[in-house]
Amino acid sequence: MTAPPTPAAAAGAPARAPKAVPVRHYGQWVAAAVCFVLLALLVRAVATNDAIQWDAIRSRIFFAAILDGLVTTIWLTVASMVLGVLGGVLVAVMRLSDNLLLRTLSGGFLWLFRGTPVLVQILLWFNLALFFPQLGLGSFSVSTNDVITPFTAALLALTLNEAAYMSEIVRGGILAVDPGQREAAEALGMTRGLTLRRIVLPQAMRVIIPPTGNELVTLLKTTSLVAVIGAGDLLTQAQQVGATDFTRLEMLIVASVWYLVLTTIASYGQMLLERRFLRGSGHAGRPSALRRIATDLRPGRNRAAGAVPPAVPPAVPSSEERGAR
Amino acid sequence: MSAEPVDGRLMVEALGIHKSFGAVHVLKGVDFRVAPGEVTCLLGPSGSGKSTLLRCLNHLERVDAGTVRIAGDLVGYRTKGDKVYELPEHEVARQRRGIGMVFQRFNLFPHMTVLQNVTEAPTRVLGRPRAAAREQAMDLLARVGLAEKAGAYPVQLSGGQQQRVAIARALAMEPKLMLFDEPTSALDPELVGEVLDVMRGLAADGMTMIVVTHEIGFAREVCDTVVFMDAGVVVEEGTPAQVLSDPQHQRTRSFLSKVL
Repeated sequence: MTAPPTPAAAAGAPARAPKAVPVRHYGQWVAAAVCFVLLALLVRAVATNDAIQWDAIRSRIFFAAILDGLVTTIWLTVASMVLGVLGGVLVAVMRLSDNLLLRTLSGGFLWLFRGTPVLVQILLWFNLALFFPQLGLGSFSVSTNDVITPFTAALLALTLNEAAYMSEIVRGGILAVDPGQREAAEALGMTRGLTLRRIVLPQAMRVIIPPTGNELVTLLKTTSLVAVIGAGDLLTQAQQVGATDFTRLEMLIVASVWYLVLTTIASYGQMLLERRFLRGSGHAGRPSALRRIATDLRPGRNRAAGAVPPAVPPAVPSSEERGAR
Repeated sequence: MSAEPVDGRLMVEALGIHKSFGAVHVLKGVDFRVAPGEVTCLLGPSGSGKSTLLRCLNHLERVDAGTVRIAGDLVGYRTKGDKVYELPEHEVARQRRGIGMVFQRFNLFPHMTVLQNVTEAPTRVLGRPRAAAREQAMDLLARVGLAEKAGAYPVQLSGGQQQRVAIARALAMEPKLMLFDEPTSALDPELVGEVLDVMRGLAADGMTMIVVTHEIGFAREVCDTVVFMDAGVVVEEGTPAQVLSDPQHQRTRSFLSKVL
């Protein structure tokens, strides 16, 4: 190479590329073919497996019980995520405080809830009545079993666990903001609280958003653990249906399909959010595999490399246009 | 506490300032005075403590010993009888309102437009109505020659433009004292002039200014007083003619021979 590739050339657009035959990746095509064949064999093995009743899966995927479980799973995910993020911000700010008491409390919280398995936490909250039959202060008291339903136990466990993980993400985001920003705000007479709300947290979002999307996807799947206390989520419902009419395996596939649908939607939402928050920061996304193949196979691609340059640059969308589709 | 009398007519009176960072003793008993309307330049080699002294004046750094008074008010502390009490954080914030500061690296808020950068503190800290803050901000931006950039984000501006916005942002709080911490050191050489022009205008308007700088020409032309620091102490101070043209100390002479 005599000249560094232009950004357009790097993105696969031939418009202004230097006149050179692009490097051919024959090995990649061979590997892709091998993968495709193996994948096809696997799909056939599953699809033609007599042990799986595909009719049962098709007919049960929209069962009322399954849709109920789906709603519970979504509700549980959203509620514990929102509460977890709020709790996480609170714990992160406490961890970064000058106040020793707040630092110790938040450190202890993190140690406890990040240090024990969430499955154990779910079971502990569900069985809270074993250590505290009554909850309350002074004369106000209620029976623990009235408060701790399977759903509230699940919500408590997931929220506290999520708050612990989110606090570390938020703390990282806050620490990533240039200390000069805080100094500038404080030099203007802003209090620490105001500085945090108006200056530091908005800038920390850029760092906080990507791992938070990841947390959402993880949490979505973690909610399936609450099936152990029968909290009525997707997996609970699927297992119940499966246990009654001997379609155990089929119902697990039904649940998996729904989890995949949910995580796909969540991943897409995360991508949109990231694109919004990372705009202008120089982190351009790479084209996906399908998009790359489409670009590679587009007629006219190799003409730019040939002797005769095209009179009109081929109509390849710019990376921005492609991203917007 | 220093036994010297407090002079209420001074804008800045820092007495016996000591400051260490870990084992490094940065300020070793600095006395420093600035009269209202005076422009003071702090000169000295890197690590001489100029910036640290400046940051002690608005309590961005807490002094280890000594007192700082701005317009007669003790900064960061209050006295009751013979005892000195530390001020709570919101009281320190209140004191800082009257002291504008401009940083070497501008430190504009990147997520806000130029206009929002300038109106943020007046609306949120002083509770000024939005329309009034906006009007004042536009006046200030016009004064630094950037009225047409009000809707731009900091990243879209050159370094010199960013620094001028930073000056407008500090002025929006209507400070009685302006601190400049090497305001042109991070700028490309051709952008230094526009920032110094704005500072010259401020000085001509009678603003009390303390400027940490390496711009000897600016110091000679604009400053009333030049303070030369080295190794955490004030080596000599006086008018630019005295300190820059006829330095009395060997350390001053050797510094000036390197930068001139």
